[in-house]
Amino acid sequence: MSSLILSRRDLEFLLHEWLEVETLTKRPRFAEHSRETFDAVMELAEQIATEHFAPHNRKADENEPRFVDGRVQMIPEVAQALAVFVESGIMAGTFDEEYGGMQLPQTVGQAAFAWFKAANVGTSSYPFLTMGNARLLLAHGSQEQKDTYVRPMLEGRWFGTMALSEPQAGSSLADITTRAEPQEDGTYRLVGNKMWISAGDHELTENIVHLVLAKIPGGPPGVKGISLFVVPKFLVTADGSIGERNDVVLAGLNHKMGYRGTTNTLLNFGEGVHTPGGRAGAVGYLVGEPHRGLSYMFHMMNEARIGVGMGATVLGYTGYLHALDYARTRTQGRPATGRDPSSPMVRLVDHPDVRRMLLAAKSYAQGGLALGLYCARLVDEERTAESQEERDRAHLLLDTLTPIAKAWPSQWGPVADDLAIQVHGGYGYTRDYPVEQFYRDNRLNPIHEGTNGIQALDLLGRKVTVHGGAGLALLAETIRATTARAAGTPFADLAADVDAALTRLVSVTGTLWGTGDPALALANASAYLDAAGHTVVGWLWLEQALATREETSDFHEGKRAAARYFQRWELPKVHTWLDLLESLDRTVLDTPDAHL
Amino acid sequence: MNIVVLVKQVPDSGTQRSLDPSDNTVARAAADNVINEIDEYAIEEALQVKEAQGGEVTILTVGPASATDAIRKALSMGADRAVHVQDDAIHGSCAIQTSGVLAAALQQLEYDLVLMGATSTDGQVAVMPALLAERLGIPQLSGAQKLTVEGSTVKVERQTDGGFWALEAPLPAIVSTWDTINEPRYPSFKGIMAAKKKPVETKSLADLGVDPSSVGLATATSAVVDVTGRPPKGEGVKVTDEGDGAEKLVGFLAEQKLV
Repeated sequence: MSSLILSRRDLEFLLHEWLEVETLTKRPRFAEHSRETFDAVMELAEQIATEHFAPHNRKADENEPRFVDGRVQMIPEVAQALAVFVESGIMAGTFDEEYGGMQLPQTVGQAAFAWFKAANVGTSSYPFLTMGNARLLLAHGSQEQKDTYVRPMLEGRWFGTMALSEPQAGSSLADITTRAEPQEDGTYRLVGNKMWISAGDHELTENIVHLVLAKIPGGPPGVKGISLFVVPKFLVTADGSIGERNDVVLAGLNHKMGYRGTTNTLLNFGEGVHTPGGRAGAVGYLVGEPHRGLSYMFHMMNEARIGVGMGATVLGYTGYLHALDYARTRTQGRPATGRDPSSPMVRLVDHPDVRRMLLAAKSYAQGGLALGLYCARLVDEERTAESQEERDRAHLLLDTLTPIAKAWPSQWGPVADDLAIQVHGGYGYTRDYPVEQFYRDNRLNPIHEGTNGIQALDLLGRKVTVHGGAGLALLAETIRATTARAAGTPFADLAADVDAALTRLVSVTGTLWGTGDPALALANASAYLDAAGHTVVGWLWLEQALATREETSDFHEGKRAAARYFQRWELPKVHTWLDLLESLDRTVLDTPDAHL
Repeated sequence: MNIVVLVKQVPDSGTQRSLDPSDNTVARAAADNVINEIDEYAIEEALQVKEAQGGEVTILTVGPASATDAIRKALSMGADRAVHVQDDAIHGSCAIQTSGVLAAALQQLEYDLVLMGATSTDGQVAVMPALLAERLGIPQLSGAQKLTVEGSTVKVERQTDGGFWALEAPLPAIVSTWDTINEPRYPSFKGIMAAKKKPVETKSLADLGVDPSSVGLATATSAVVDVTGRPPKGEGVKVTDEGDGAEKLVGFLAEQKLV
């Protein structure tokens, strides 16, 4: 039976028939690789995800981590699965050989990691955060910090976190109050509380490396006064071994709707529970320069945002596969045109409305996967393209697409799971079937790593306007290159629809900013994000349709069918959103609190 | 300690498998081909013996070009080198013919121990250890659930329905393993990269000195002459509960001799 976690065939299509990742092996960084190593990595990821991550997905959901005597207790399967994961070397896969990695392209790395997220998003969070943490330190940490913290993390001996939010400041990082007092020896002592810290405490590894945002007293106000610190749970001695317990402690666990296998914590820093060096205060080490912490953190956040989008997509994907399997086996009712009660019942999938739901879920899941892997391909281009100009273009395009790559799958992945529940009917609403968990797990994704509202403001308020609108112009140019390529193909009409949506998106962007009223322009930003997201994914469906070439297998026909579905049912929505935006509607802006 | 592990690539037993209608041989071209699952246990056992005693693990396979994937996987688990016997004339060979090819290949290798899975999921004849032991004139210890090498002696526990037999033989010997013997490791990323650089020697029948007319479907000692698909599932029996549902169910089970 084919996997219900993800589709190996679709990943092969996206990686090889569409993105042609094997061409990357011509570049020096990936020269040791070949189709063979990519296939072996994908096979290994599928196998470990299937055999060690998926089996305890439900159990972890039903037995969320508990806070007992100041410590975290969780089911043993999480540690066992992560031990296999670590042993395989996947953690370091995309990293430099110098740090024990295998310099795998990011595109293949993301595709491989997708198996773990789809199989068990809770357990996969621990390595996901660790890889982001390590990448940030490699980009901005000192050599000593790289040597001390990155290697143990990539070896899976220590895990990492990112600690940004506080109880009173989540989306509004300018208002964080955790302070970092400079010490004579060059270290800092941190005091404050951090909230919603995923993987913030556990006993899966011998140490936890927190990357913490805090303010150095006397610095500039707001986000320009935020610095970044490494705060390990245990201090590290000169020879790299575990030393004193640092003054960062678990204050409590949050009890969540989904993602329950991942501990989500309130952490107290510097309250004197532990006294490293004989006194209270969490010892922290400044990363990079003072007051530049947020920009460093965004380095990690941008990658994390694409990762969150991938997570949302693949949770929707596994929901879609479960619904498809159920609809193909469960018989129910008779065709609308033939209600003879003595005739045998038909399968769910034989009902057109069920097929509509499956096509919708497929178009969201596979569209989102294409978006995530396209962005990963841009990361590879940004790092390894031959000319500086190509690298700069990839960087700008990726930067423009990042809020969409995070928010679009977070919006539509849960809709795919919602439809998966609907296809299951009453059974889907019970805990006897897994689709309700996928939905609950996925519901986090529009919230964390920058809410979708924040992403909308980022896209409309920043990404499409900076550098004189260069990001939007480059996106438009890139999309038009595809639509031009579609001329004379069976998808010329889809290309025309994508072109029309794009042209209007660009024009409405001008209308919004032409008002000279940022409050008005940004008030309806979420509709803008929806319109831009659907335009981009419509383009990526065109890309996929073109990549099917002359192939006639059910798989390739299925790609074309989903592209058609997206064209007919989804792309027209762009114009509804743009109508609203173009009218400069003030409903939201002008409705006072008392009228809500 | 030189160990040769016999590895076969087979269609994934978890997927729909079929025979080629033209000659009733296993349809491999369109199948999702994988390492015969139980062979992974033999590879793991070989690696454990090597890790304990040193030496080299060689993978030996007979199969079409696609069998390279199975070889790569074995090498990425940690085997050192491989020999791939590949010759179109072998297509359709029976177990006896194939054992001749494997024996010829083994005679060109240095080995103290030959390990293999107890059976393959495609042919399921489970006679290869015995055939090779006969051809090579060395002992075979089949069905091992435990293996130890002490000096020039190999000791195994042969799994049986009621317990196990303790067997031993002088090296060189052939041992076939069950899936109770260990837990095969996964390839690691490092192993995957290292596998690319490990030597894989491809040999033809001519290289092995095997007469092509002694193998292949035309001279096979056994062949599939006819095949019938599994009958479709019947409608089943519907039991309507009219207050006597439990009795009806028990009656049905008794009728089927299930209770």
